[in-house]
Amino acid sequence: MMGFLYLRMAMVTALLAVCPLFLSSFYTGLMILMLIFAIFAMSLDILQGFTGLTSLGHAAFWGTSAYIMGILNVKVFKGCYYGADLIAGVLSAAVVASILGLIVLRSREIYFLMILLASSMMLWGIAFKWRSLTGGDDGLPGISRPDLSLIGLDLGRTTHYYYFVLFFFIVSAILMYLVVHSSFGHTLLGIREGETRMRSLGYNVWLQKYIAFIVSAIFAGLAGGLITYYNGFVNPSDLHLVTSAEALIMVILGGAGTLIGPAIGAGIIILIKNIVSGYTEHWMIILGAIYILTVIFAPQGVYHLFEQWLRKEGLVWKRSSP
Amino acid sequence: METLLAVKNLSIHFGGLRALDDVCFSVTAGERLAIIGPNGAGKTTLFQLLSGMLFPSSGKIFAFGRDITRLSAHRRAILGMGRTFQVTNLFPKLTVLGNVLLAVEAAGAAKFNLLRPLSSYKPLFVQAEGILKQWGIWDRRDIPVRSLSYGEQRQLEIILTLSQNRSLLLLDEPTCGLSPEEAKSLVSIIRSLPRDVTVLLIDHDIDVIFEVAEKVMVLHLGRVLAFGSPDEVKRNEQVQKIYMGTQS
Amino acid sequence: MAFFITQTINGIVFGVLLFILAAGLTLMLGTMRIVNLAHGSYYLLGGYIGFSIAKETNNFFLACLGGLFAIGILGMGTYKAILSKHFARGVLSQVLITFGMFLIITDLCRWIWGGIPLAIPRPELLQGSISISNIVLPAYRLAVILIGVMITVFLWWFHERTKYGAIVRAGVDDEEMTQSIGINISLVKTLVFSIGALLAGFAGVVGGPYVGLYTGLGMDILLLALVVVIIGGMGSLWGALIGALFIGLLDSFGKSLLPEFSLFTMFAAMVIVLAIKPNGLFGARG
Repeated sequence: MMGFLYLRMAMVTALLAVCPLFLSSFYTGLMILMLIFAIFAMSLDILQGFTGLTSLGHAAFWGTSAYIMGILNVKVFKGCYYGADLIAGVLSAAVVASILGLIVLRSREIYFLMILLASSMMLWGIAFKWRSLTGGDDGLPGISRPDLSLIGLDLGRTTHYYYFVLFFFIVSAILMYLVVHSSFGHTLLGIREGETRMRSLGYNVWLQKYIAFIVSAIFAGLAGGLITYYNGFVNPSDLHLVTSAEALIMVILGGAGTLIGPAIGAGIIILIKNIVSGYTEHWMIILGAIYILTVIFAPQGVYHLFEQWLRKEGLVWKRSSP
Repeated sequence: METLLAVKNLSIHFGGLRALDDVCFSVTAGERLAIIGPNGAGKTTLFQLLSGMLFPSSGKIFAFGRDITRLSAHRRAILGMGRTFQVTNLFPKLTVLGNVLLAVEAAGAAKFNLLRPLSSYKPLFVQAEGILKQWGIWDRRDIPVRSLSYGEQRQLEIILTLSQNRSLLLLDEPTCGLSPEEAKSLVSIIRSLPRDVTVLLIDHDIDVIFEVAEKVMVLHLGRVLAFGSPDEVKRNEQVQKIYMGTQS
Repeated sequence: MAFFITQTINGIVFGVLLFILAAGLTLMLGTMRIVNLAHGSYYLLGGYIGFSIAKETNNFFLACLGGLFAIGILGMGTYKAILSKHFARGVLSQVLITFGMFLIITDLCRWIWGGIPLAIPRPELLQGSISISNIVLPAYRLAVILIGVMITVFLWWFHERTKYGAIVRAGVDDEEMTQSIGINISLVKTLVFSIGALLAGFAGVVGGPYVGLYTGLGMDILLLALVVVIIGGMGSLWGALIGALFIGLLDSFGKSLLPEFSLFTMFAAMVIVLAIKPNGLFGARG
């Protein structure tokens, strides 16, 4: 049923391409956030939904990329230097993943979770305290966006930045889709479903997880870079557990193991967050309630509910993976 | 006849409990060794140690001409060790085809290809198709494993391991929970395995043991109580004492 | 020399607080495989409740009892109403639920008590200090150490000498098996969770005069308690004790010698321990 999939994807892409024409600057800005967090959430889904690794430290990659990018942009290059800051950011996320992966992946499930959480919070603590480098609590302001005037884009304008982000979203989505449907991706499913069996079949499970970890970090780092260009600043909250947890709830609420689900979950959370902050400053309480309610009422995620509804309505299609 | 597997003074303890104590035995290539003993004797623990899921507190394991005591589980599999599990260990949410593909994919470089879709690997699918048709379950290929009956799952458990053509097989209670007909067909499968495959079999069913085994090892409370031909072991007084009243 | 002793005392005092928290965390982990991310907010809420009680009644002892009971009840309620119903889904559900609780409680605290840091005044009895040569030892801190010893003894007794503790030690999960011996496993789990919560609330009050109370404290202290559990080993009280004292001392000396890098030092310590023992010092073999 690949034809049906391509059709849906084309329709979604077309819709995303034209929305800025209908939306105000404010809502376009919201769409930008949704797309960036969608990349972040999808990258976490590679670990959570496909490999079965629950992580509360994903902000470590997002935030490290953001900080490296910010520091280079503001202090070293005094500008983007042809996107070298973004590339460096993404690379730094990969480096952090390759180091953390060595520490974390040998431990059991719960340990994995705790150690990743602790590690990313320690990075937060370092960013918080190291004022001279990171600006500490105040963060690093004054990060400038790339100059794409050569191709007619002024990234200072919201609409233009939207297309910039949309480009990266489409590329990331395609790449991540390829990864999870590749033969490598299939082995991740095997690890999720039966790690012991995989080892006895001759798979170096640790190595597969390590690769997945780094790949996931690269996309998280990309998202972290894009949000930094958008915001124009970095601050320690980019490394905080709350950011990691937001990504995780986007994955769960949307539907783990589907890639699309987390993207939708990201959209939902960003939307709710935005609406709620208009009425109260107690977003944390609402977010906390969302976590609890999601676990109780929709642990499979919104996307699976949607699929069930489609199946009932007779619009059945086969999953493309075996 | 060369020795394929040799175990020397193998022991493991958990806290104060000695699960295996000073176990020694060896298996020649192509041999069929049955391992029996009451529950808690340490049979599955022995398999855990042999396959690399657990590491011993002391002792050594030699297989395929080398010391594999500290070797990781997946490396032992690559050397030629295959295993089935007492509690069915499959990939529940994946289809039958998906399960077999994983068994088949393990050997090549495909498992490291991040961008090429699985569906483009025709040879893997051809191989998987061959295996599924050989076992007569081709028409069940798209069914998720968790929807299969217990007997079908047990069958797939064996198929997955056999499809990798390993030279040393550890079969942990393969007939567990099967009907007499299913057990019979399983026994004939084991009997028809090629002569260059060595088989270690844990089972409670005496009939199965006598049909398959050339040698029998009896474990009791983590120690080797008896080792010999099925008849020798049957006549062993200590063994008789333990099995008195325990009809499997 | 005086510096060394003062920092050591400070380290031990902080270590005591961390132990009380980490003990609860590690027992919950060992028995129920629950990573209670709300634990830090239990500490915080307990502290704030104690603060209010102390302000109203001027009675520190009452404040301690208040914090203890309030959080004990909160913990028991949360466990029975929500957590115990969602075991089957694994670690993920527990993590999300407890983190949700953490967010709700932390924000409620900020709402009710405001964002400005507070401190509970020390009880009059313990406002003085003892001087040995040129070293000043505040009486309150010594009292906290004493409390720590008492709690350690209580937990040791519970863990080693009661039948509930035996179940906890065995890490037994199996409902059928334990019921046949006449022990209600769900009671044990509820007990463990409630005791853990209760201790956290108590620690919050006890730590009030020393550590203070501020919105981010829940997260700060949860983080340290987690590091203690990671280093010490899941389910091990010994590990929690040794880990807590170690981290307490590291924190105390780190803050005074290398303030910018104290967290980094702890991270390095954690990594080194994990490199040798991937499941903690006293955790099960990896």
